[in-house]
Amino acid sequence: MEIAFYLAALIAVFATFRVIMHTNAVHALLYLIISLLAVAVVFYALGAPFAAALEVIVYAGAIMVLFVFVVMMLNLGGQTAHHESSWLTPGIWKGPAVLAGLLLAILCFSLWYGGGIGSVGGDTLSAREVGMQMFGPYLLAVELAAMLLLAALIAASHVGRNEDTQLERDMNEARQRAPSGVDEEEA
Amino acid sequence: MSWLTSDVLVLTVIAVLKAIVILLGAVICGAFLTVVERRLLGLWQDRYGPNRVGPFGAGQLIADMIKIFFKEDWVPSFGDRKLFVLAPAIAFASLLLSFMIIPITPGWGVADLSIGILFFFAMAGINVYAVLFGGYASANKYALIGAMRASAQTLSYEVFMGLSLMGVVAMTGSFNMRDIVNAQEGFWFIIPQFFGFVTFLIAGVAVTHRAPFDQPEAEQEIADGYHVEYSSMKFGMFFIGEYVGIVLVSALIATLFFGGWHGPLLPPIVWFALKTGFFVMLFVLARAALPRPRYDRVMQFGWKFCLPLTLINLLVTGFFILLGA
Repeated sequence: MEIAFYLAALIAVFATFRVIMHTNAVHALLYLIISLLAVAVVFYALGAPFAAALEVIVYAGAIMVLFVFVVMMLNLGGQTAHHESSWLTPGIWKGPAVLAGLLLAILCFSLWYGGGIGSVGGDTLSAREVGMQMFGPYLLAVELAAMLLLAALIAASHVGRNEDTQLERDMNEARQRAPSGVDEEEA
Repeated sequence: MSWLTSDVLVLTVIAVLKAIVILLGAVICGAFLTVVERRLLGLWQDRYGPNRVGPFGAGQLIADMIKIFFKEDWVPSFGDRKLFVLAPAIAFASLLLSFMIIPITPGWGVADLSIGILFFFAMAGINVYAVLFGGYASANKYALIGAMRASAQTLSYEVFMGLSLMGVVAMTGSFNMRDIVNAQEGFWFIIPQFFGFVTFLIAGVAVTHRAPFDQPEAEQEIADGYHVEYSSMKFGMFFIGEYVGIVLVSALIATLFFGGWHGPLLPPIVWFALKTGFFVMLFVLARAALPRPRYDRVMQFGWKFCLPLTLINLLVTGFFILLGA
């Protein structure tokens, strides 16, 4: 299991690096999908198969599909790839690299002194236990997430509402007028 | 390496051999289904179908294979070459991998996963990319429209496909496929979960893009949709992948709602094959009998009818489980 963990982690890091570096948007998204799948394997190796399955179903299987969908519809040509590569100059890396380095330092520090973190190949967490935790100690978070999703759903259905546009109203008016106009001509 | 005793080695080899047999069985079933479907369509439409090659036309598969292997394997120079090659591999592999979770008999089956049925949903989710990448990489308007339709349809139907099975999962108390089959020893889940069965059947047809939900490949409107630019064995992989999908969904229906290998008198493997075969026939019959509805109607039917139905089904199931507890 440890080998699987380190391999998957390596793939995740490399794939994420390629997501940032790649100039072709669709290929970058493909790397992002691979990165998410690798993270799912990491979850599995850590003894959380339920989280791994949800990672694949929700992130790789649903959210990323919408990303690919949108980028596909934009139909970015070779021009954009050229733009992208001109933006990826070495200077642009400085700021993010410093911030990421800080984060890494904090993570290493807390791992070094914090301890108490489960290791690879520990207990396997079943779906039942995840559910008990979700609707026990974390009930408030689940309810808040549900409210947020409901708000998003209402917003989406409002945006996608099928209301009469000006064009449709004009067309309806024209349709109503048309038969009477014919009658007048005949008369 | 102390765990590597001869017993473990023998068990591993046997497990690997069983897995290979199941893999080959699934692929061969899928491949033969191409011929069986044409024969059955012929029967139901009062014509012969392919009956020239071999006994009952069974050799037609070999003839088709030889033909498809020797076709020119053309990759569009104006498209995205890498994704074009990747797409059929995803289409074929993702559905074939799902056979892993299906328990065929008490002794046969590849993996006994605790997440079981979730693995199928994950693979069905990955399967969308095959269509999406295939349509995009072809750089063809018809392929793109087909890919759009397919991905929108699959996403919509996957939502309630998951929900339709949650009733079964709630009644069993486990995602594990073997637990689900064992829970059906007394009565099959088709009785308490009838609406779950109906919605899963509809979702299964939609996710495999079979008639009457084959708008992504509607030949009259968009000239076969996302695989219009594919030829030779790349098309063959999309094609066989579709039939593997039919066998997979049929096997899942047999396992989840019709007691899997359980049945009187006959051995478990025969019961499993009979039940799966019955639903494969149902898929073919649906293609022979039903016309293709309009695309927007298909989407509306999914969101406005099937999704509420599965939610109510889950609610009522939960109510009765709590009543019994």
